[in-house]
Amino acid sequence: MERIKTLETRNLCESAKNGGCGECQTSCQSACKTSCGVANQPCENTNK
Amino acid sequence: MIHCYKLGGLNIVLDICSGSIHVVDEVIYDIIEMYEYKSQEQIKAEILEKYTDREDVTPSEIDACFAAIEELKQAGKLFSPDTFAPIANNLKQKTAGVVKALCLHVAHTCNLNCAYCFASQGKYQGERAIMSYEVGKQALDFLMENSKGRKNLEVDFFGGEPLMNFDVVKQLVAYARSREKECGKNFRFTLTTNGILIDDDVIEFSNREMSNVVLSLDGRKEVHDRYRVDYAGNGSWERIVPKFQKFVEARGNKNYYMRGTFTHANPDFVNDIKEMLDLGFTELSMEPVVCAADDPNRLTKEDLAIVMEQYEKLAELMLERRKAGKPFTFYHYMIDLKGGPCIYKRVSGCGSGTEYMAVTPWGDLYPCHQFVGDEKFKLGNVWDGVTNTEMQQEFCSCNVYARPECHDCWAKLYCSGGCAANAYHATGSIKGIYKDGCELFRKRMECAIMLEALKAVDGEK
Repeated sequence: MERIKTLETRNLCESAKNGGCGECQTSCQSACKTSCGVANQPCENTNK
Repeated sequence: MIHCYKLGGLNIVLDICSGSIHVVDEVIYDIIEMYEYKSQEQIKAEILEKYTDREDVTPSEIDACFAAIEELKQAGKLFSPDTFAPIANNLKQKTAGVVKALCLHVAHTCNLNCAYCFASQGKYQGERAIMSYEVGKQALDFLMENSKGRKNLEVDFFGGEPLMNFDVVKQLVAYARSREKECGKNFRFTLTTNGILIDDDVIEFSNREMSNVVLSLDGRKEVHDRYRVDYAGNGSWERIVPKFQKFVEARGNKNYYMRGTFTHANPDFVNDIKEMLDLGFTELSMEPVVCAADDPNRLTKEDLAIVMEQYEKLAELMLERRKAGKPFTFYHYMIDLKGGPCIYKRVSGCGSGTEYMAVTPWGDLYPCHQFVGDEKFKLGNVWDGVTNTEMQQEFCSCNVYARPECHDCWAKLYCSGGCAANAYHATGSIKGIYKDGCELFRKRMECAIMLEALKAVDGEK
């Protein structure tokens, strides 16, 4: 293995430019209802 | 800010503000850990001493590591500065003032009497009640009128036990469907049920209309039946499991979650996950109990240590099953590194009190289901809209950067400050934090990211 393998991830700084469409699921609506996070919410922005 | 950890045989480095994730070898892992607070000369000396028996660790190789780190820094993928703090409030404002999700409490009553229920057997510390069609219809109108340009609207039929008011659920779905085209909306419904009243009608209707169903099962029979009992004290496991199996089988590839709660009685919850798998369920969620500090069901410090180990065991189980061609999903380990949420969402959090509200059977609006019954949090009602604007502003200003304890937490942009209700119950402020929950969240994220990192590394082999 090379010394560093960088995974493909969404660039958060870039996402500030055209994010915030609000179409993604409300995180607490899916399965938790008691211990909310946002990391597992898929993005639904059609203009990414 | 970075976070370095070792798990699943991997050395993982997270660059928090860019969202970058690096899997590195042990030498560069050590270098990165020291990089920001020691000189390169000091680092070189320490690395050469530590790896004295490694022929490949030479001064020139360490220089190459420094160069690789600098390259990542220049590319904005390592030690990236936090530029979000000054704009956090503006980020959340962009999505505020638009309601897109409602939790409809169609039944403040329940046919089970679960001792650990945060909703006090569905009554939410109040009177038993069911929602009328008129109230529900007004709630849907309120949602459509206040959702501005949002296309996707979410409605969760919740309780208590929503199937105790199933006719109204059906009528409300029919009403929403009759309006969505003219309004340019797409309704996504969820049903959260304890299973007692599931029959063929419920299955057929839900599999046609519900985007997601959340089915409450705690796993092993003895665990489930300890708390999930009827009013005569009889366990419900044997009655609901065959119904859930039939429901899920008929559901095909539509979303569902088997959702369990673990308590002081079963911190070894992976055994309950295994039971769910044995029963044929593969979309799973297990949540730590939410209860008062003096509640005997509460997870103790000793339990939390067990739970932390269990999260790692769960990740191992997922890997085993993945390799065996029998994968399963655990809600909190779902993470889409490439297509996950944008920075707006990561800063803003769940949207309680702004994008998301709960509606009581009487049509009162609350910031979320967990605040229902606490009168001071009442925001208004579905006829007059939000009238307690001061309280709503409090929720609107609640983002991850508004929580002082989150400033130095590496998980802040994965969690976005966590659950406002848990924070309130733990500290008296929605801008506080629920420390035990934070510990568990960080562990879950480490496991979730490790599982994704292994996919990437294995894919390369």
